[in-house]
Amino acid sequence: MGMTLDKEARQGLTLLSPTALYALLMLAAPLAMVVTFSFWTQNYLDIETTLTLDNYREAWSKPIYQVLMIRSLKISLLVTVVTVVLAFPIAYFLSFHVKNRKALWLFLITVPFWTSYLLRVFLWKVILGYNGVLNTALMELGLIAEPLTFILYNANAVVLTLAHAWAPFAILPIFVALEKIDRSLLEAAEDLGDGPVRRFFRITLPLAMPGVIASTLIVLIPTVGDFITPKLVGGTDGLMIANMIQIQFGKANNAPLGAALAVSSMMIVAVISLIIYAAGKKFGGRVQ
Amino acid sequence: MAAIDANDIIVLSDVTKTFGTFQALKGINAGIREGEFFSLLGPSGCGKTTLLRMIAGFDEPTTGTIDINGKPMAGISANKRPTNMVFQSYAIFPHLSVAENVGYGLKTQKMPKKEIATEVDKALDMVDLHGLGDRGAHELSGGQRQRVALARALVMRPKVILLDEPLSALDKKLRDQMQVELRSLQQTLGITFILVTHDQEEALIMSDRIAVMFEGEIAQLASPEELYRRPRTKRVASFIGVMNFLDAKLGSQDETTLTINIDALGPVQVPIDIAPAGLNPATIDAVGIRPEMLTVLGDGNDNAEHKVEGEVTGTAYYGDMTYYTVQLPGSGEPVTISMRNTAGRSVLPAGSKVMVRWGAESVVLFE
Repeated sequence: MGMTLDKEARQGLTLLSPTALYALLMLAAPLAMVVTFSFWTQNYLDIETTLTLDNYREAWSKPIYQVLMIRSLKISLLVTVVTVVLAFPIAYFLSFHVKNRKALWLFLITVPFWTSYLLRVFLWKVILGYNGVLNTALMELGLIAEPLTFILYNANAVVLTLAHAWAPFAILPIFVALEKIDRSLLEAAEDLGDGPVRRFFRITLPLAMPGVIASTLIVLIPTVGDFITPKLVGGTDGLMIANMIQIQFGKANNAPLGAALAVSSMMIVAVISLIIYAAGKKFGGRVQ
Repeated sequence: MAAIDANDIIVLSDVTKTFGTFQALKGINAGIREGEFFSLLGPSGCGKTTLLRMIAGFDEPTTGTIDINGKPMAGISANKRPTNMVFQSYAIFPHLSVAENVGYGLKTQKMPKKEIATEVDKALDMVDLHGLGDRGAHELSGGQRQRVALARALVMRPKVILLDEPLSALDKKLRDQMQVELRSLQQTLGITFILVTHDQEEALIMSDRIAVMFEGEIAQLASPEELYRRPRTKRVASFIGVMNFLDAKLGSQDETTLTINIDALGPVQVPIDIAPAGLNPATIDAVGIRPEMLTVLGDGNDNAEHKVEGEVTGTAYYGDMTYYTVQLPGSGEPVTISMRNTAGRSVLPAGSKVMVRWGAESVVLFE
């Protein structure tokens, strides 16, 4: 096309430019800063700007960081699996069995967002705590003799809280994918001899795969880097990599190491996301 | 009521269907014979698709029974019925190749892979899609999708193939071609086909028998020729082709003939056996004549028994045919007359005084 742009292209760029500019300023610039920082060195109060890979060496070799990274991945993968597996039946019900009032149901799914995330995490503390709602109720009922301790201040609590928080985000993409399935495809599969179960695995699930992948990524990517939830309900066993990054930027006063940890975890998440995306594509077949 | 006999592969008895307060089908009785090409013809909303879906097993009748191959189908779901459907949207599985689409049902039957491949190839040959098995569903044209849908049903070797407006999405030329192909495929295989269509021409071309449906009822069930030549009601007559209606009253009757006083044409004697069974001659209030059963004579030099003077009020030239509208004296609506354009015959201009000739045996009687 050379230097001259046709009218349509110019129009498109004009429409895009506010967003593009915003993204550049708010996303790309800070990201570039973080990446740059990760190659510098903290020298007490000064920053040494000689480029070095020392931060990465430390981030990848010290056991504490490895443990935190692996734990973060384990927790967020578990959260993702739990969330998507729980979200699918809800989305399926909404798409296939709710005849009228779909809008009302969608609206109800967003109800948890009416309170702030922080409040919801605190609520989980109230429910799961040593003297919390759940323990008190179970003890009153005589089902347990003493309070359960494995439900708060550990990884389980983090999984539970995050899965609850992210469920709506997982439901919607799956719902949209299910809505897009031409119902005559399901009738055709039945007509050709499939019972409901076979039909689900041969038609419904493969065609819903784009939605399932979208949900998986939407939940997985942010939860790896979550730090509020592990901080509030995670205890020491539930701390994740983002908590360590926060410490490096704050108390530990080692922003370059924090940056290296951030960039490393970003790359790991990117690789995992690509693998999931590719796997989903393969399972979903040649859906256009 | 259609007589039901032993050759019927599908028997519909008093089938009704109600959606909420809307009665989609009001007591359908019909027998569909083994190996015939049967059409359900009617305007949209007449219940023809509902009936087809109930035969397929996607819907249950509210009351009444459907028997297929001698077995009552109540409570038997679509995946257990000896029928296969070609959907209006074709319903090609978008994530599967052509071969996987066609072999879909055989895989469910746990047929060995090698046999599936052979059967799929055979089916693709039948519908002229040889060698396209590896194509993705999205790489197909509309006509090819239609053929895949057909092959996918054929490969199952069902007792009955159900076709829900299978040609409506195709352009005119392809549709004409597919009509002929479908008909000859059906005759070669000897499988019963049931076609749902709103296109009367399509039904006439392809069917052995046609059930014309209006508002949830079968208005007439007959062969294409009988439907066209002897429509039972005015509504059937105007739905199938063009029909001129003229007001008429019974003049007199004897053992073999009826004398009908037709507006504009005068008294005409017709053989009594052209009256449909069950028609009381005293209730006749109109006759119908097809456009091609009327002839325009330029000069009136003809010794025909039945002729009347008229004036051409309009012409429509179709190339092979010319359609005239001719005002007859004493009749309200002008009549439509079609004439084949032959070498010696030129098109008459509007305003021409003409003689119109007809034959008494081409008259259809209506109550």
